[in-house]
Amino acid sequence: MRMMAFAKRNWKEIVRDPLTLIFGLGFPGILILLLTAIQANIPVSMFEIDALAPSMTVFGLAFMTLFSATIIAKDRESAFLMRLYATPMTAADFILGYTLPMVPIALLQSAFCLIVGAVLGMTLTVNILWTVLLSLPAAVFFIALGLLFGSILNQKQVGGICGALLTNLTAWLSGIWFDLELVGGAFVAAANVLPFSHGVQAAKFAFAGDFAAAGSHLVWVAGYAAGAVVLAVVLFLRQMKKQ
Amino acid sequence: MIDMEAIEIRNLTKVYGDVRAVDGLTLSVRPGELFALLGVNGAGKTTAIKMLACLARPTGGDALLMGSSIVHQPGEVRRLIGISPQDTAVAPNLTVEENLAMMCGVYGYDKQAQKEKLAALTEEFHLQEVLHRRAGKLSGGWQRRLSIALALVGQPQILFLDEPTLGLDVIARSELWDTIRALKGKVTIILTTHYMEEAEGLSDRIGIMKAGRLIALGTAGELKAQAGKERFEDAFVALVKGV
Repeated sequence: MRMMAFAKRNWKEIVRDPLTLIFGLGFPGILILLLTAIQANIPVSMFEIDALAPSMTVFGLAFMTLFSATIIAKDRESAFLMRLYATPMTAADFILGYTLPMVPIALLQSAFCLIVGAVLGMTLTVNILWTVLLSLPAAVFFIALGLLFGSILNQKQVGGICGALLTNLTAWLSGIWFDLELVGGAFVAAANVLPFSHGVQAAKFAFAGDFAAAGSHLVWVAGYAAGAVVLAVVLFLRQMKKQ
Repeated sequence: MIDMEAIEIRNLTKVYGDVRAVDGLTLSVRPGELFALLGVNGAGKTTAIKMLACLARPTGGDALLMGSSIVHQPGEVRRLIGISPQDTAVAPNLTVEENLAMMCGVYGYDKQAQKEKLAALTEEFHLQEVLHRRAGKLSGGWQRRLSIALALVGQPQILFLDEPTLGLDVIARSELWDTIRALKGKVTIILTTHYMEEAEGLSDRIGIMKAGRLIALGTAGELKAQAGKERFEDAFVALVKGV
């Protein structure tokens, strides 16, 4: 009950913020449109809509970190959390209340990318649903990063770290815009260790119906997601205690 | 039945590094009393409030709120208190009604109880005209009024008002004083403020803090007599400078 009331509030705060619509839905949608236009003039296989739209779901999810971290940092700075810490709410109420509303937002965001893809001629298949569903580990990873950064950064820092740095890292290291092998060396090695390109590969394979291949990449993403959740909970509890 | 003090503070101390933010605070507050804590910046008022509201753990000493210890029974204490922090601490993208409903959820009210509580607080704080407006769009005076209403949702026996009129214009401050006066006797109130006329006009008793210590205690009249001054502000300055 307490957690649901808090989660409902967080859902409303996020979806009523115009930044959510502009960045969460609008920006990935515009990128799909632009890259499809490039593909129409200079054919590049990775910009084919059947590959591009599923890939873009992972990039779009990076904005979940920004939304999640922003609301937590804002609540800390405005003393809203201080008010709630003086109520009977528990640590679990806070953590679930912040993270659960992000899950449907993340799924909607993934679905929106695929809807834009469908409008632009993406193959319509039941695997669209699987692609959305299997974006969950990546969604949990990015949402947990939001809890983590929101617990340790102020609003301004969240804008820089989550809004600029993380989204750029996700873009460069995911292999959506360019083939990572073209850069090679340490760059591709780093990309293979980090979860971003695995998330993109998982989305592509899920859309193509190759669930065995998708699974091998999802393991990486799920591992990072689990690690991020543990670290985020520890850091949130630490700031709660400090408050 | 044994008469019990609403708040019994015993040698309460908070040390941050080398700084004794609150130093051996000992004080009693009677049920229904409006008690003001005065002091210059850094005197320890907000730290004292944070400890009493179980938001900061004392380094030493204890306080009993309606008989429950802030050190040993913080869960019990949280059920007894409400806090209106220095910042307005409202959910900006939620309407006034939604803010109140959220707090009802946090305190576990069912639908009927929530409806009744919403109606009662709307009437008590004259919130009808702004009920469906987003809290973040309200003037400072309305936000403060909402902040106090939110602190009362849990039907606290003790209410902490941390500089409730800070930054408000004369009219908004006067209106908020009327609101606070209307609460007198119904709930025990601890008020911190920088405004001398606020403390003098609203409080039953006043405690003056300096460098973490309580240096004077009494009614406004008693403090004026103690300092040998006619105006309360002069008495405050004399008492703070004289120690």
